[in-house]
Parts: sequence; structure tokens; C-alpha cells
Amino acid sequence: MATQDIIARSATTTPMPQVRQPGEVAKLIDTSKCIGCKACQVACSEWNELRDEVGSNAGTYDNPNDLSAESWTLMRFAEYENPDSGNLEWLIRKDGCMHCAEPGCLAACPSPGAIVKYANGIVDFNQDKCIGCGYCITGCPFDIPRISQKDKKAYKCTLCSDRVAVGLEPACVKTCPTGAIVFGSKEDMQVHAAERIVDLKERGFANAGLYDPDGVGGTHVMYVLHHADQPSLYAGLPDAPAISPLVSLWKGVAKPLALLAMGATVLAGFFHYVRVGPNRVDEEEDPGEPTVHTVDPSVHVVDPNKQP
Amino acid sequence: MTNHWSDIKNADLVLIMGGNAAEAHPCGFKWVTEAKAHNKARLIVVDPRFNRSASVADLYAPIRTGTDIAFLGGLINYLIANDKIQHEYVRNYTDVSFVVKEGFGFEDGLFNGYDAAKRSYPDKSAWGYEIGADGYAVVDPTLSHPRCVFNLLKKHYSRYTPELVSSICGTPQETMLKVWDAIAETAQPGKAMTIMYALGWTQHTVGSQMIRTGAMVQLLLGNIGMPGGGMNALRGHSNIQGLTDLGLLSNLLPGYLTLPGDAEQDYSAYIGKRTSLPLRPGQLSYWQHYEKFHVSLMKAWFGKAATAENNWAYDWLPKLDVPGYDVLKVFDMMFQGQVNGYFCQGFNPIAAFPNKAKVGAALARLKYLVIMDPLATDTSEFWRNAGEFNDVDTAAIQTTVFRLPTTCFAEEDGSLVNSGRWLQWHWKAAEPPGEARTDIAIMAGLFQRLRALYQKEGGAFAAPILNLDWPYLRPDEPGPDELAREFSGKALADVSDPASGAVLAKAGEQLAGFAQLRADGSTASGCWIFSGAWTQAGNQMARRDNADPYGMGQTLGWAWAWPANRRILYNRASADPSGQPWDPVKKRLVWWNGKSWGGTDVPDFKADSPPEAGMNPFIMNPEGVARLFAVGMMAEGPFPEHYEPFETPIGRNPLHGNAQAISNPAARVFKNDLEVFGQAEEFPYAATTYRLTEHFHYWTKHCRLAAITQPEQFVEIGEALAMDLGIKAGDRVKVSSNRGYIKAVAVVTKRLRPLTVDGKTVHHVGIPIHWGFTGVAKNGFITNTLTPFVGDGNTQTPEFKSFLVNVEKV
Repeated sequence: MATQDIIARSATTTPMPQVRQPGEVAKLIDTSKCIGCKACQVACSEWNELRDEVGSNAGTYDNPNDLSAESWTLMRFAEYENPDSGNLEWLIRKDGCMHCAEPGCLAACPSPGAIVKYANGIVDFNQDKCIGCGYCITGCPFDIPRISQKDKKAYKCTLCSDRVAVGLEPACVKTCPTGAIVFGSKEDMQVHAAERIVDLKERGFANAGLYDPDGVGGTHVMYVLHHADQPSLYAGLPDAPAISPLVSLWKGVAKPLALLAMGATVLAGFFHYVRVGPNRVDEEEDPGEPTVHTVDPSVHVVDPNKQP
Repeated sequence: MTNHWSDIKNADLVLIMGGNAAEAHPCGFKWVTEAKAHNKARLIVVDPRFNRSASVADLYAPIRTGTDIAFLGGLINYLIANDKIQHEYVRNYTDVSFVVKEGFGFEDGLFNGYDAAKRSYPDKSAWGYEIGADGYAVVDPTLSHPRCVFNLLKKHYSRYTPELVSSICGTPQETMLKVWDAIAETAQPGKAMTIMYALGWTQHTVGSQMIRTGAMVQLLLGNIGMPGGGMNALRGHSNIQGLTDLGLLSNLLPGYLTLPGDAEQDYSAYIGKRTSLPLRPGQLSYWQHYEKFHVSLMKAWFGKAATAENNWAYDWLPKLDVPGYDVLKVFDMMFQGQVNGYFCQGFNPIAAFPNKAKVGAALARLKYLVIMDPLATDTSEFWRNAGEFNDVDTAAIQTTVFRLPTTCFAEEDGSLVNSGRWLQWHWKAAEPPGEARTDIAIMAGLFQRLRALYQKEGGAFAAPILNLDWPYLRPDEPGPDELAREFSGKALADVSDPASGAVLAKAGEQLAGFAQLRADGSTASGCWIFSGAWTQAGNQMARRDNADPYGMGQTLGWAWAWPANRRILYNRASADPSGQPWDPVKKRLVWWNGKSWGGTDVPDFKADSPPEAGMNPFIMNPEGVARLFAVGMMAEGPFPEHYEPFETPIGRNPLHGNAQAISNPAARVFKNDLEVFGQAEEFPYAATTYRLTEHFHYWTKHCRLAAITQPEQFVEIGEALAMDLGIKAGDRVKVSSNRGYIKAVAVVTKRLRPLTVDGKTVHHVGIPIHWGFTGVAKNGFITNTLTPFVGDGNTQTPEFKSFLVNVEKV
């Protein structure tokens, strides 16, 4: 979306427009106000026209059981016996893309323009340009993107970039009945979070704080946590998320080589097409992994055809 | 609700008990969040399960299901013993000083007048106030009379010691005292606690008395009538408040007027009994206007055919031969083969009523069953063999089922009454699919055909059907606006002010409110409490002005609340006896300005009665004050007493040894149900059923998005019990009661913990409803296969919340 002022594109060195300076946005999720009602899950599916399968219950309240190409957000429920207070706590966290300031997915993506970052902070996937390699999953310290089994392309929360572009809040924010999810400028969200943290400290949560981790340059989805000293209590929210060193390797050394190989593959494909015609895959034959997977298996630690 | 949703933001303390507002009312729960964020309110949750509400609470206390009266009775004892009551409020606005008749007594778990053979108290004559020679109730303002309500109350609950209560409820004493302490703080004038409850209180054999105990606590703390206070019933359906308001219960007429019994063949005796005269000097006793409401109702129904000569068509009203034809009674009769046909409108009884086996067998004995519903409900397919989920012999069922598809709420105009008594008009948003028609059209069509048959062929007692007034533009489909104008009411002749003679409403005009109703046949109103919802100025329910000039959240221009657009009932009690708010800054609701009552809400009071006149705030009661002593209004007695659920895990009532008083001695039990109650030896675990946020009753299992968020039937089991039984999260388990079994996935949780009750360990098993053998969610068992067919002693609401089960790994 041109209106959204792309400031970074995957696998691209073309300079980005610099004239307009829209402010950064952020979504703030206050886990201490969240009741786990899943209205955000439903609103997300409604707005984005997603219909996941009716799954099964795996012995928890987490349904669907995991994120998927058709479930971009999910409530994760964790039971925690607080050794200090002796109280049981039911920590409920809305999981989904964090929209990192330094997105690991974008860094890892080999396909030009398949992942973009807008000036307002939103990190978006462009499925038209996605080659389904799954590197974004490797690059993501939060384990968010998922490859669709239908079109082999990567999907995740867009922070409703289409709504935000026209001045609306994301669908999950609009629907949240308790005001646990709020949206605005990143600065305003930090101010609001600070007020919430004062309230939580006054209610006995001495370590209440904001989750806006430095390891990914901060995020445009932030959490208010009762226990900001232990993010991992919240169904495995990373304590110190950082982009995998494999991605740096890929970016620094392997990527040019890989791109060369990829280019060669594309070129070979082109000549194959010109000389032989389109590849016709036998109906019974396994179509196999996308070509790109063979390029550099050392960085590709996630099998995109398997749900993690 | 005495108060309403947005008023919860004014609370200083929120107690959620007998409900799970975050789970079942997530949108309304936002006001709890507001109270916490802007009023520094604390939230306390008391529940058998650490639930979604508890997840955001400041304090959680576990309690054994069905023991809330013990918990609250203990609290009453604690408040009195520690002098944590709002003295000025209690002395002036409650009946503490009233002297109770001689002969009233309580012994060994029973009040005086019990008849064990009838399982009831046929003689309640001593459950009343002593009446003096002047015709007024005798009071002792010094509270020294041994039979004054305060002393009787104190004595009754002195047995509820913290030790005993903890042993009955299983709530650890330390936690319990923390809760009581926090609640006691709201006894300060100007501090308010709100109580939010729902089916977790109503669905017990002592449900009404649980609610009463909560109300008594609120009275002692001075929290009724206060902004941010009150007793707030969170209704389970967007219009279930409207259902009771319009009298869709077998013993009620619209506006909480009551149907006569068989013995009440005489019109003036019927009216006289319901026209309560003041029991204390200077009190308003508003029910003394009963006849005005009644006659206006009969004029709305029968028009010109209701006349003074025929006692306003009194003979055409049904007279009850039993206390009521509640659902348990009707389905028991159906089970006995005494019912031929059943109209099932927006209801799914095979899933929603207890003991599915009995309900299914009852439906199979009908000649015909008419289903009016937007969805293909389980009830409409009760005859279909759905394997283990509904294992019936289809060929043996001869019931003819007619399925009439109806519109959904978004496919029609109309009003809904929310929990806070707001009548909110809504507009049609979509055309109904296929052949769906409105409930009004279906019922009107049926009526037209029935009336034509009576006209043609005659028949027994045709008069009420032939004379029903039917003035609608389209007789086959009255408009929602026409019906709304009818229940609000209009003048049939000019209505004038009796004092000044000024004409208040000309013939044919809509009335401004129920104060204009007359008993002489000059007014018609289909539901007196709704009078004023549609005035000459138009549809008040359609108003959408959310202006809140005082910041008290009362928004008098938003929709319309019954009665008379009052937002908080008994709101005169938010001011002290001199007429000034207990807290003039944060809790200002209504006050006396020297000439009249006014403020941020519509005063629930005689607007021109000065404080020194001594009129008291509870204007619907003839005594003018609130009743801590329920006189003869309750089936089980004037003070709530703890009785065990009918299926009790401990097999005795620790309060007394009397075998007659283990469970509610005044609950009605049908013989065939008595036989299928289970015992703790065979079914050792305390079970409770409930709803989940992700679903709405049995509707949303037909909706894919809701099914995705909660796809498959499960039960919740505590870690300790799961370990004992070798069950892991995700295993399939079989849960059985003495009435049947279900199989479901086990959710193993820390949130259900074993409680020590009466020296034993009691485990809870949590069983959500929502699944069945129709819909797009994974089909499952009907949870009410397990529940017992016994109800509250007053309302007959079934005991869905407390029964016994066994659990095995499949």
C-alpha cells in the first residue's frame, strides 16, 4: 500500500521514500485486564475473512491449539502459582505478531518485497511476492508466521494495516470488551502503560512493567505484564527475544551467494520453460519442496510444511 | 439489577459471587474494569472454580458449590459481631426495629409451621410483624425487644461461626476472613459494594434464599439504592429481563401482577388482597394502586369488552389450580402422559432442562411438538438417533414435530430489556433467510385461525378468545411499534389530574407514565411498569443521548428504563434521612433541594415529600422499609438457612442433625425424581455446570467462528483428583450421575482445588454446557443428561449447579 510509506522491504536495496514522517503506532495488550474471552480472535477472523478448521480440545482453553495461516491471533492460558503471594494466577496472553522495529522475518526473507515495514511500524507480508520458503519463521524470535497448506505462502497478523491506513484501529482493538487492547501512537501507549503499571504495583504486583523488548529494537505490539521480570510465565513469551544469529549469517555472507544461486535457478527455469515448455507435474508425483529450499539448507531450520 | 451496568463503575468494591461476569457477560464486565481503573475498586470473586473473573480479581476465595448461604450467613454474623453495619441506614431504612409476632420460631433446622407430609409450610401465620391497635406494625426503635427483627436476626446467624462456615464451605478460614473484612469496609456511609450474581445463585434448590442473603448483607452495609451498590442479577439472555417483566411465567401477569388462584373467584377480594395499605404511618405503599394497573391491563387486552359491569373481564382470566405450571411441573406432567401438545418457542428444552432422559421420554409422549426457532435445535430432533449422544429408538416415537423457522433478533425491529431494566429499541439489520417469519406473525396467524374456528364452531369458554381486542393494522402480523405503544399505554377517555382537574392526556393520546393509569377503565396499558416507554413525544426506547452531566453514569437520555426511566431502584436510600447524599461528591444520586427531590437520577420516591415527613425509601413495601425479615414471602422461611444441595457430597447438614432439614425442606420433589438422586458413596464428586465465554447456550454450536474458539466438549478436573484417577489433560473421561453419563475431554487444572469440608476432602468437577447432537461444533453429549430434576423452593429453577458425579478414564 503506497499510502503506508514503506521504509524497508525484504531483499531490496532500493532507497525508500523519506519525505513523509508519519508517527509510529502501537497496540498495547494489558494482560491484567484481559479476560481471555477470545472476542479478538473472532474479530480478527471476521475482518480478515479467515475461517480455520473446527479443531479439537487438547485439554486446555487454547483453541485453536496454535496459530495457523488462518488463525493470526490466539489466547494462550497459563496457570501460575505465585510462590511469593501463595496465590494462583491465570495468566492469559493474546499471542500474535509483535511488529518488531527490527523484524527478524524481514531480515531473513529472500524474496524482494514479500515482507515490508511501514513507517508507522507495521510489518506486513505481501503474499503475492512470498515464495513460501519459511525463512521468516526462522527469523522470528516469537514463532509467529505460519505457512498456509493451501497456497504455501506465509501469513500472520497485519495489525490490520488496511484499517490503520484509513485511520481505524485494528479489529481486535475495536472488539475488546474490557479495553485490554488499546491502540494509538507508540508514545501514547507507553504513557498509558505507565499508568497501568502504577495501578498494578499498588495492587501488589511489584514487578509489573511494559514488554517492549530491546533485542528486536522494541515492538509495535506491547504488553503490560504483572510480572515483567518473568515474561516466560506468559505461555513462553521470550524473556529476551533477539534475531537468530543464523539470520545474521544469512544476511551477511550466505545471502548474496544464495541469491546468486536463486537467480541461477530462476534463469535455468526460464530457459527450461523457453526450451521445453512449462513443467507438468505428474498427478501422482509429489511436487516436492519448493526449489528455494535446496539453496541454503544451513539457514533453513524450519520445515514450512509442518506446523511447529 | 437494582442498579445497571454502567453504574458498576461507581463501585468501591465489586463482589462476584454466584456468577462469573467476565465469562458470561464480557461486555458488561467492562464496567468492573472501569471501577478498578478509575475508582480504585477492588474485585473479589467467590466461586468453586478459579474462573475468568478470578483471573483479574484482587482476591479469590474458593467455596463448595451450594453453600453460599452459609458463607453469607457467616458474614452477617461477622458484621453484627464486629459492629460493621451502616447504623443510620439500617435503623431508618430497614425493618430491624419491627417486632415479630409471637409464635415465630426456628428449631432444629425448621421454622414453625412445617408439614413434613406436604414438604411445605402451609401455616405461615406467625411469619409476620406484630400489628398494634392502631393497625400499624409495632416497632421498637431501641432494638431491645427480644422479638424485634434485629435480635432475631442476630440470634439466627450467631450459629454461623467462622469455624463452622469454613467447615461447610471448604473456604480456608484465613481467606474467608480476608473477604469478610474487605466487604465490611463498605459499611462506611458513602462506600458502596456491588454484588454481581447470576445463575450461580439462582440454579440451586435454595437459590432465591441465596440471593436474599446477599440482599440482607447489602442492607446491613447500607449498599442498596446507592450508586455503585445494589443487588445485580446479570441476566443470561439479552431479553430474559423482558420475559419476566411481561409476565411470561405461568403464575404472573405483565408487570409482576399476579394471576388469581382457583379460590379467588371474587374480583374485589382478588384486588383487595393485592392492594397493600401502609403498615407504618406516612408510608407510600405503592401497591395500593394495584387495581389501576390491573384494570389498565384488562382494557389493553379486551378493549371495550372489559367493563365495570363484568369486573373488567375478571372471569376471563385463568385461575391457577396449582401454585404454578413451571417447566419442571409441565415436563413432569408430559412425562406422566398428561400433555398432548407443546409449543416450544425460542427454547431448547432437551438440552436446557435437567435430566435429559426424562425430558426426551416426555417429548416422546406428546402427540405434537411445535418448534419456533431460528435454528434446527436438538429438541427439534429429539427423535433422531445420534448414536451415543442421543440413543433413541426413532421408530418407537410417534410425536409429530412441526419446525417453524423464525427470525433472529437482527432480522426484526423491537425492544430488548437488558439486565439493568433498560428498554432499548433495535432496528432490523437484515432480511430473514428462506421462509423464516417473526414470532409475532406466527402467533398472530395461529390466533386468527383459532378465533375463526371458535367463531364458526363455538366451543368451551370461547369468550376470552372471541373478545380479545385486536386493533392492529395487519391482523396477521401486528407491528412491534403497535405492540410497544400498547404496553406503554394510552388514554381511552380524557385523563385529568384529580387535584387540579387539568387534563393530563386527551382520549387517544399515549400516556406519560403509570401515574396516569386509572382504575375506571379510562386508560389502557399492557404492562404498567413499561408505561412511559412510548409517549406522545414518541419512542423513548429509541433515544441514544449518552450525555452524563454529573459524571455519574446514569445517562437518562439513553433508551428508557423501567420504572419511570429510573436507573437505580430505591435511590432515595442513597441520601441520608435528612435528604442529603451519604457521599455528596462521588455518590450523589438524588437529594432534597428544599422543595422537591431531584438529582442525577429520577427519584424513586414521592417527588414532593420532604425528609421530615418521614416517608421511607422502600415505597413498594407497605412498611416503607426493606425487609431483613421476609415475612411470609419465601417458601422456606423468613431468614435464609443453609441447606445442602439435594445431592450432597457430605450426606448431612453440619448445622443441625434433623434428617428433614438436610436439604431444602420446602423444595418440591416429584416421586420419580426422588428415586434417581445419587449418593456420595457411588458418586463422590461435587459437580457444577456452567457456560463459557466462547458460546451462547446451545445456539453458537451452530456458528463456525464460535465453534473454532471452543470446538469440543470438555470437563474440568483439578490436578489432585486427576492424579488420583490417573487422568492427564486431553484424555477422554466418562462422567456419570445417577441419571446418565457423558464422555468428554479432560481439562486438568490447578484452578479447581480440593476443599476440606466437614472433615472430608471434596473435589469439584466442572462441566460446561453448550454441546449437543446438532450444529457445526464437534457433536457431544447433552450435559443436562447428568443434572437432577429438582428446583428452587420458590421459583422452581432447576438445581443445575450442585449435584454428584463419578469420573472415570475412558
